[in-house]
Amino acid sequence: MSVLARAVTLLVAFIAVVGLAFFVVVHILLAEPPTVDFTASHVNGQVDMTIMTDPVNDVSDHPDWVSYFVRSPQTGQWIHSTIWQLPAHTRINVTNYEFDTCDPLRNQFNGRVAGTIGDVMTVSGEADGVNGSGISVVNSDTTCGVAHTFSVPELGINVPFEGVLYTAKNQCTQGPCGMSFTHTKTTFSFITPGPGDYRWQCFIPCGLASVDGNGHAMSTIGFMTGYLDVVS
Amino acid sequence: MAAAEQASTTAAGPAEPNHGLRVFSIWLPLAVAADLVIWFVWGPHLPPGDMSTSAANQQFDIKVMGVMAAPVMLAVLVYAGYAMITWRTRDGDEEDGPPIEGNTRVQLSWITVTSAIVLALFVFGTVELVTTNGAGAGEGPSPIWRPDGRPLVVQVIGQQWLFTYRYPQYGGFETTDLMLPVGQEVQFNVTSLDVIHSFWAYQLGVKADANPQVNNVAYTTATRTGGITVRCAELCGLWHGAMFDYGQVVSVAAFRSWASATETRMAKITRTLPRYALVYYPNEIAGLAKFYYEAGLPGAGGGFYGNQYYPNEP
Repeated sequence: MSVLARAVTLLVAFIAVVGLAFFVVVHILLAEPPTVDFTASHVNGQVDMTIMTDPVNDVSDHPDWVSYFVRSPQTGQWIHSTIWQLPAHTRINVTNYEFDTCDPLRNQFNGRVAGTIGDVMTVSGEADGVNGSGISVVNSDTTCGVAHTFSVPELGINVPFEGVLYTAKNQCTQGPCGMSFTHTKTTFSFITPGPGDYRWQCFIPCGLASVDGNGHAMSTIGFMTGYLDVVS
Repeated sequence: MAAAEQASTTAAGPAEPNHGLRVFSIWLPLAVAADLVIWFVWGPHLPPGDMSTSAANQQFDIKVMGVMAAPVMLAVLVYAGYAMITWRTRDGDEEDGPPIEGNTRVQLSWITVTSAIVLALFVFGTVELVTTNGAGAGEGPSPIWRPDGRPLVVQVIGQQWLFTYRYPQYGGFETTDLMLPVGQEVQFNVTSLDVIHSFWAYQLGVKADANPQVNNVAYTTATRTGGITVRCAELCGLWHGAMFDYGQVVSVAAFRSWASATETRMAKITRTLPRYALVYYPNEIAGLAKFYYEAGLPGAGGGFYGNQYYPNEP
């Protein structure tokens, strides 16, 4: 092989390696879902936030992963993101529509409602557990009632979302799920702290069959974990 | 012949100074000064501090090893510096150095001193482990060294990505708050519900791996009140870096008050927890395995707790 041919080969190989590294860094390591901004949607000093938890999604490369969606306060569209920008020291009223079935908690301690106003939540719909207001504990071991949790460990927030019955008809097969599919509805409120990034996650090991249940969706921002980006 | 000439030349030249004495004279004050600085100036600030018996012992151990290591390091550096200055090549000097052969006295001294240091450290290390009941490290499920009396038992449960704490002597309540009484021996029972974590209570000098289905026991006694930082010290996944919390060492009265209040406050969730045990098998509690089997579902462990719980798995 001539010197020129060798030089060209080396150059092409170098460009290929650098290009691959660039692709991995930009499209995989640094890839993040969009930040959904709630800072401009105050109503009487409060922010209403609507989210849903779906067993499937049709908007990613992993349609069989469980996933959160959040409703854009600007457009009303469901957005596949778990990074939510919230105003500091503000009451956030959360409504979650849960379309997934249950998976018992690995630690039933996370079946308690904590860090919300009054340490309670309100549940309605076809839940495999308790229904009503003022709910402070869901026992996932006896009813298998918890589908996912919304937990912000640094803020002490933990809300177990009751799942729909396994035997329920008309379960969601397409995400974001339409309200015609069987679901439960959970509402709760919490007060945001000062500015900062606070990670949140689900404590149900819902990345089943992957890294002890906490892989896949559980370990990917945009699915079952993300940030509360609290700003002043 | 050459050696004889060399000897003759040396004998004819100026008398060699006592290099050993010179090196020793330089080394001794430096070593004493370094040890004094390490012990009295640097030592009190060495990690992990002196908030507990195990932390204070670790600080003491590091000081002792520093005091032993500094003279050795200085001996090497002083000798190297002295050699570079004294026996450096001078202008016009192109002669080979004299051949050097074995020196029994030096070899014996070297072997004796290094053996004595290593053996002393071995004895010292063993004593420090025994007298401090494991020096704050996890001793496994059957600790060899146990404290006298009845320690406060705190179970540390690691989970991706959170530590929680159970207090079996107070009704088995579980909480995210680590609260300890000052002056009382504490027994940490450390375990995990999923992967390997490591419970590292920095100021207490306690560090014990949290392994699933293993009870890892560590002891310590907090000697003053204050804050504790707890971190996971075993890379455990996406939020490993965020797996930290803060605890408190408070007076005995304050601890008892907190424990009683928390026991009452947590009563509702405590009733739903599995009975206190040294290890937990999440799929076995409350008949979950049976539930899974009947429902034909994969288990909460994602295959981790054995294929018998996953009828749908190959």
